[in-house]
Amino acid sequence: MHPAFSVIFLTTLIGAGQGLFLALITAETFSHMGALAPQEYRFYSTGSLLSLGLLVAGLVASFFHLGHPERAWRSAAMWRTSWLSREVIALPAFMGLVFIYGLLHYLEWNPKVFGTTALPETNLTLMVGIIGIVLCFTLFICTGMIYACLKFLQEWHTPLTPINYTLLGMSSGFTLATAFATQYSQEMTDLFGTWAIILTLAALLTRTASLLRNKGIKHRSTLRTAIGVHHSNIRQQSQGSMGGSFNTREYFHGMSTVFFKSIQWIFLLLVFPLPLLLLGMGLSNDTTALLVLAFAVQYVGLIAERWFFFAQANHPQNLYYQTI
Amino acid sequence: MTQLALVIDLNVCVGCHACVTSCKQWNTSGAAGSLMDDNPYDKDPTGTFFNRVQTYEVGEFPNTETIHFPKSCLHCEDPPCVPVCPTGASYKRKEDGIVLVDYDKCIGCNYCSWACPYGAREIDEKQKVMKKCTLCVDRIYDESLPETERKPACVLACPTSARLFGDVHDPESEVSRAICESGGYPLMPEWGTQPANHYLPRRKTKIRFHKDELMRADNPLKKDGRLPKTDPDAPFLDDSVSW
Ligand code: SF4
Ligand code: SF4
Repeated sequence: MHPAFSVIFLTTLIGAGQGLFLALITAETFSHMGALAPQEYRFYSTGSLLSLGLLVAGLVASFFHLGHPERAWRSAAMWRTSWLSREVIALPAFMGLVFIYGLLHYLEWNPKVFGTTALPETNLTLMVGIIGIVLCFTLFICTGMIYACLKFLQEWHTPLTPINYTLLGMSSGFTLATAFATQYSQEMTDLFGTWAIILTLAALLTRTASLLRNKGIKHRSTLRTAIGVHHSNIRQQSQGSMGGSFNTREYFHGMSTVFFKSIQWIFLLLVFPLPLLLLGMGLSNDTTALLVLAFAVQYVGLIAERWFFFAQANHPQNLYYQTI
Repeated sequence: MTQLALVIDLNVCVGCHACVTSCKQWNTSGAAGSLMDDNPYDKDPTGTFFNRVQTYEVGEFPNTETIHFPKSCLHCEDPPCVPVCPTGASYKRKEDGIVLVDYDKCIGCNYCSWACPYGAREIDEKQKVMKKCTLCVDRIYDESLPETERKPACVLACPTSARLFGDVHDPESEVSRAICESGGYPLMPEWGTQPANHYLPRRKTKIRFHKDELMRADNPLKKDGRLPKTDPDAPFLDDSVSW
């Protein structure tokens, strides 16, 4: 497939935003349980603002993918059948929730919602945050399923696709949270840093698994089934147009094999070992700059990762477009 | 239930592209506006087409066969392109099984084109909406046209009658008979899309004659010695009627 930068930015930006939000909730839950010192409201409100900023940037990027962005509202209609439609609903819903969450913290309006002997005491922001977690994972799943549900794009049609989207988004968000938390407390920086490392390692595992899976993938469609001629030696002579068409532009990455292959190694380096190293160094030296760099390096790596994700998918229609 | 479809006979298609040009002509002139053309007379021409004719070569020289392969939306009975559309712009009509795009609802997100394994959908890069074969829905029901012309433009244009049009759910229709009698098959059956359009395979047309079929040994006239013997010079009826 041809990697579209609008979609690359959409998925990487909202992934980081979602991960950051999850980090905030982790901190709030931990401090609610008394495992962390309570934070001043600014930590949560600024964090939510940062997360919201990433989500908005992702949303803006997605509009560049549409031929008719002014009709985008229509795309919420088919949520019963379309994962894209579900994402279109889940994203603004989640954004709204992040906004409310940040606002509640900013206003420091945090009444006790309930608390009995049977149930632990729960505050309003925590309640909102828990709904946010649900929405956040819904959004991750929707984003991943947009690709995973297309069964003949065999490279994508695996549970590893939504899993990778989730873990990569979370590791990027937690890395950002680590850098962000240095402004507030050492304790929290360590907490987020540890999670960022765990999540990055988990993502390394699942992403490698999907790379290995796709390496030996056997495509079910062949030129034989495509034109229905059962002969082992079929060659295309013409594709019905001489100057290319939508079909030659949308489904091929259009880069050399060397470029394509090197992107894989670049992203493997930039998303996993380098940020891990920088995280480790930043945490032990307590240097914000290194942690910010860890996020930046990983984000660039994720752009490459997403590019590779699209470019690697081999659409069966390509069988019809082998020669001009 | 009706399922309109095309049946394309690869045995007689000569690859003349008449269906491509007539399709483009009809569909660029309709109410939906023109089909995009970019640089039509220049370097790197490109444009939106509903129908393309491709050519494949099968076998090894000198034993090769050329197959001209017209390709358009197959109006799948279980179209994977429809449920993925977030706006509902893509839909399959209940009454005749045609898969259509509502150009006023389409947001041009390309998702449906990813979901079609055949690459049958092409975005109109000027109008920014998804386009594909409509089976000439604006023509096949047009009562102002004579009944014989209420067929897709490609079917009417084909000089070799390689394209048949009709209801594949009606076992008595011309298309159903053709599928049944000539081994019509769907493309990429492995994805369960159940394409309504079918293709008729290349067929070897061979007749085997035995000598005694040319000159019947048991010709009763010969047996009785009553074979008509005509005088080659004598005038006969053909002389007066065959000019
Ligand atoms: S051929 Fe493609 S566009 Fe046409 S109905 Fe089937 S899946 Fe949809
Ligand atoms: S491009 Fe148009 S028809 Fe296709 S999925 Fe998007 S909105 Fe639906």
